[in-house]
Amino acid sequence: MPRYMLLLYADEPDPKEREERDAELPAWQQFTDSLREAGLFLGADRLHPVGSATTVRVRNGETEVLDGPFAVTKEYLGGYYLLECADLDEALKQAARVPLARYGSVEVRPVAEIALPEAADDETEAAP
Amino acid sequence: MSAGRAQATRLGATPAALERAFREERAAVLATLIRHVGDFQLAEDALQDAFAAALVSWPRDGVPANPGAWITTVSRRRAIDRIRRARSLADRTERLAALVRLDSQEPPSVSEESAVADDRLRLIFTCCHPALAMPARVALTLRTLGGLSTGEVARAFLVSEPTMGKRIVRAKSKIADAHIPYRVPPDHELPDRLQGVLKVVYLIFNEGYAAAEGPRLARVELSSEAIRLGRLLAKLMPDDAEVLGLLALMLLHDARRGARVDASGDYLALNEQDRSRWDLGAIREGQRLLEAAIRLRRPGSYQLQAAITALHVQAPDVEETDWRQIAELYGALARLSPSPVVELNRAVAVAFASGPSDGLALLAPLLDDSRLEGYQPLHAAHAELLRRAGDDVGAERAYERAIALSANAVERAELERRREGLAHPPRTG
Repeated sequence: MPRYMLLLYADEPDPKEREERDAELPAWQQFTDSLREAGLFLGADRLHPVGSATTVRVRNGETEVLDGPFAVTKEYLGGYYLLECADLDEALKQAARVPLARYGSVEVRPVAEIALPEAADDETEAAP
Repeated sequence: MSAGRAQATRLGATPAALERAFREERAAVLATLIRHVGDFQLAEDALQDAFAAALVSWPRDGVPANPGAWITTVSRRRAIDRIRRARSLADRTERLAALVRLDSQEPPSVSEESAVADDRLRLIFTCCHPALAMPARVALTLRTLGGLSTGEVARAFLVSEPTMGKRIVRAKSKIADAHIPYRVPPDHELPDRLQGVLKVVYLIFNEGYAAAEGPRLARVELSSEAIRLGRLLAKLMPDDAEVLGLLALMLLHDARRGARVDASGDYLALNEQDRSRWDLGAIREGQRLLEAAIRLRRPGSYQLQAAITALHVQAPDVEETDWRQIAELYGALARLSPSPVVELNRAVAVAFASGPSDGLALLAPLLDDSRLEGYQPLHAAHAELLRRAGDDVGAERAYERAIALSANAVERAELERRREGLAHPPRTG
């Protein structure tokens, strides 16, 4: 089954919003439990606020370390879900159920399945 | 066979010409092939191979009695060849086994036959999937179901061929990479998703119908293409009232296409059109479809718009138009899908039905809406209603505003002509 990464983006909340969002924790728990029960859940994490981010780049052998996120935008990556779904429709349906979808944005990205090189060819590959 | 050979010779010497001549077959074969090989691009490539093969063998042996079956068999075999060569395909062995099994099944099994019947619907719903941007949906639908070449789609939408090519390739890659399902949506999602499909078809129609710029011929063809798609949908979903309503709406508009422009290519208003140039066959078909849709008792916005258009078409002239009923239909449309454009049309219909002051009352909230400040048709209609109500001073101001907002020279000249006709003509400065 294809895997999908749900990337959760939202504004950094002010203290009042933070409180409101923390009050939603049971809804997150419920959502995650339902994913487990449906056999779709592969993983999920919440990230610390963007103030804790450090960005690393290596250019010409030099390592650059920067305090802050890779891109300064209005909405920041705050967490993710990794799911296994039958198809995009299923993934989009689950994305709409993420509690954050009501105030932030959920980006749904299919995971690239890299095919490993085959060890040997089957008989269909007769030489011309 | 000699007739078949003559037919094959007439078809032209390129795979594109052949694909066009057999566009109905092409779309049906492609739809089934995509289900079998599970990949848009591979299916299209194999189909193109098959048409190239037809180009060699049909002029020599004649067009086969069932060209669709011939193309199906050949493109399936070409798909098998292509998969055998594609070493990187992860599920290559399973795909090959399934295809080879199908190839040995002649005639096809009953379950396969009923699956084939749905393939074009699957293709329509996939091309119009909401995860694709609207321009991509339109391009993909025209390319795969309409059988237009990438160049034709590009010319119709006034973009370069490489740009359109990239748009189509990107859409196909997304379908594959994101696993957009190849299926008709389940019942509980169907009404919503079908609305999306109808929107794509109507947008294609309007692109052609409202073609005001660019190579007009290339764009007018879009209207015919949309009607073709509408007919296909009506054949595949004959019990859906809105599907029939949309086809009726398109036919009723299209019937008047020839009469919409005068000899110099300028657009004519409904009351200026030569009604003898309307296509009566298309009007009758549209009316019949509308009646069939209404009998299904599932009202919808396309049926309402078709009913309004039918009333305009039936009336001998503007004065004898059933404005009262048109106003009611616009009222129903406003409740179902409210928009300023619908409100404006309702106000104009009400003004015709029961006098300009009733129409002006309905315009008032639109005129207070700051988002509509630059909406030219609103100010043109406002001017017209004020003039009829005898408020020449107000009409004068509204005409000025409408004229300033006109992008089109013909339209501006017409508004200026009407302004000059006011009782107190402006001092020219």
